[in-house]
Amino acid sequence: MNLDKTRHLPVVTSSPHVRSTDSVRSIMLDVLISLLPALLVGVFTFGPRALVLTVISVGSCLFFEWGFSRLVHKKNPIGDLSAAVTGVLLAFNLPVAVPLWMPVVGALFAIVIVKQLYGGIGKNIFNPALAARVFLFLAWSSAMTTWTLPRAVLPWFANVADAVTGATPMAILKEGSTSGLDLMAMLTGQTGGCIGETSALALLAGGVYLLIRRVITPRIPVAYLGTVALLSLLFPKTGSGLDWMLYELLGGGLMLGAIFMATDYTTSPSTIRGQWIFGVGCGVITIVIRYFGAYNEGVSFAILLMNAFVWMIDMAAKPRRYGLRRFARLREKFGAKHAGEREAQK
Amino acid sequence: MAHSFRGGIHPDPHKETTAGRAIEALPAPPTVQIPMSMHIGVPAEPLVKAGEHVKMGQKIGDTDAFVSVPVHATVSGTVKSVGMALHPNGARVMSVIIENDGQDELEPLARAMEWQMMTQDEMIALIREAGIVGHGGAAFPTHAKIRSALGKVDAMIINAAECEPYITSDHRVMLEYADDVVAGIRILLRIFSRIRCIIAVENNKPDAVESLRRAIGADNRIKIDLLKTKYPQGGEKQLIRAVTGREVPPGKLPADAGCVVFNVDTVAAINRAFTQGLPDIQRVVTVSGSAITTPKNLLVRVGTPLSALVAACGGYREEPQKMVMGGPMMGVAQFSDEVPVIRGTNAFLAFSENEDRRVDDPVCIRCGRCVQVCPMRLLPTYLYLYASHDMWDECERMHVADCMECGACTFECPGSLHLTQMFRVAKAKAMELRRR
Ligand code: SF4
Ligand code: SF4
Repeated sequence: MNLDKTRHLPVVTSSPHVRSTDSVRSIMLDVLISLLPALLVGVFTFGPRALVLTVISVGSCLFFEWGFSRLVHKKNPIGDLSAAVTGVLLAFNLPVAVPLWMPVVGALFAIVIVKQLYGGIGKNIFNPALAARVFLFLAWSSAMTTWTLPRAVLPWFANVADAVTGATPMAILKEGSTSGLDLMAMLTGQTGGCIGETSALALLAGGVYLLIRRVITPRIPVAYLGTVALLSLLFPKTGSGLDWMLYELLGGGLMLGAIFMATDYTTSPSTIRGQWIFGVGCGVITIVIRYFGAYNEGVSFAILLMNAFVWMIDMAAKPRRYGLRRFARLREKFGAKHAGEREAQK
Repeated sequence: MAHSFRGGIHPDPHKETTAGRAIEALPAPPTVQIPMSMHIGVPAEPLVKAGEHVKMGQKIGDTDAFVSVPVHATVSGTVKSVGMALHPNGARVMSVIIENDGQDELEPLARAMEWQMMTQDEMIALIREAGIVGHGGAAFPTHAKIRSALGKVDAMIINAAECEPYITSDHRVMLEYADDVVAGIRILLRIFSRIRCIIAVENNKPDAVESLRRAIGADNRIKIDLLKTKYPQGGEKQLIRAVTGREVPPGKLPADAGCVVFNVDTVAAINRAFTQGLPDIQRVVTVSGSAITTPKNLLVRVGTPLSALVAACGGYREEPQKMVMGGPMMGVAQFSDEVPVIRGTNAFLAFSENEDRRVDDPVCIRCGRCVQVCPMRLLPTYLYLYASHDMWDECERMHVADCMECGACTFECPGSLHLTQMFRVAKAKAMELRRR
């Protein structure tokens, strides 16, 4: 070899020798960008306090992520931006009138207990932001269900003493009524609800961005929204199915859940069929809770419940092995061993 | 509509630098180093000793084994030594080193030009005598492939997909040697009588299709199929699926799906053997990559050191960080450019940057991209999890043995896991388990 001492030895590694430029960081950055429209609408609707809560939430998520990895001597992971995404999503799931320490507690729960104790990014079973929301909801129910009306003037930092509250669309729908609901307001987010969940339009815009950037595939959102749409169209509680369906689709945290929470990589299936199953499952549970459950809204519980089954769904929904005929696995179950392989040769 | 398969990736093609350049013939180097193993199967035994005079095309190595081929001198001259030398696969293998006398005195294959009068058996024997192996990279002995397929197949697919980035050698062959390709196909059609023949080309090479069409003329036995441009479209199993809709059963050969697949350049080599008596002693090699001054396609003798190819391309523009024989997806990284071109060498790439973007802390975020791109429809993310916990039996149960090491999952992984590398280990371990 014509190497003299000044030359480096070439790198010898196994193939492939090229990679796409996507990284965890670039993906998370795209998710953050896609959340911007909803954040803007949230701030416009609920005032600057919404922004303050979001900043606190993101800051504490990053802080706990950094702190925990310091504690266990892991490399500082905050550069991958996944904690920032959790922070924004957590804030989106809070009513604007909650005290400012609430997102801090939520971030602690989301990052340390739900994410890091399970092994960090990619290893958690439950969606951190949703799990934290449910935790806060169970611990401080009244604060977590105090819904401020849009454009009420709230203090930036101080605790909210007497919020001008009103019923959310979900509470009205729970009663089996649609009176006082305005589709236009629900599209643009001018209703009561959590900071980031009210504007279906802004969330859809973010979803389209994620689709274009190929961060998510349409499978889970389409399956989820489609199931909710179909069930509410078939079983309206009042009035025409079509109206009822639109209210169910636009109300509550469904858009936020279907587009941003149920599509969370770590806590959703990675197989194609699995993603369809997951989405349909979320949709069915959401409707069951909304119709028959004790709570007005079922999106969080539905997604968390389906989170627990991800591994099982993936294993059941494994793609057909190359070279086997359709339904070979079923046939194998009911027929002789290796039936699939024999079938395939014909 | 272009044919395709499920999964696959779209890496940057990087083909434009060489696709438009005519093939240049590289003069034979002063010495050639010819390994006795340039194919899958039993290595050949050297038939010559140091000091002996050999002619170009003379057999210098052979065995009795079925899955093997003889090896030929690629220049005329004197045998300098017979011994172990570095092979592109990283090992030292028995090789014959010949000093070129510059005469190119040819010893043609016996009876080659009479193929019109030969029996099927004699034709296959001649393909073996010519030492022809698959030129697409894997280098499986062509005669063995033909024999295992005879009587079982109804479709012959000529693989002209060339889906690996950077490589354009097959593309140039189709443009410049289309007549050779078509003549080679006609020879094969005599061996496999009553079979349909499809040339499968990715739809990013319309000029190659045009050139082949012209060469085929009115011969209606040969069809051209367009494939979607996607990696690994040229993988044998993906190709069969795309062209015929059939799938090769796990652990079986393409013949079990009624297909036999040959690379375009292999077919051209068959034609050279039958019409010029020339054994498999030369081939077209793409020399490309960010560290090469003037990327080119070169027609070279087997046994030429890679450094001579680089010199013919204006040398290195920058010191290469990585050198790869073959494509960037499945090629083999090289320690040195002093290894020879072998029969399966379709490209030599030199990169000035480490393009595979390794990181210190790879992590799986379960994004599922690997699952969606795997052309064998495996679950790389779960396989990786099992493999990293040494659960080899689980890997086996999830069919890690099906992994064709195409690298698509690794290419796509945003967490920068080296999945393919892990599966190589897992395949070996699973094999061990099975044997026990
Ligand atoms: S592509 Fe990489 S990060 Fe994504 S699921 Fe597969 S192994 Fe995990
Ligand atoms: S390297 Fe193996 S597991 Fe990865 S995509 Fe290719 S066949 Fe699938």
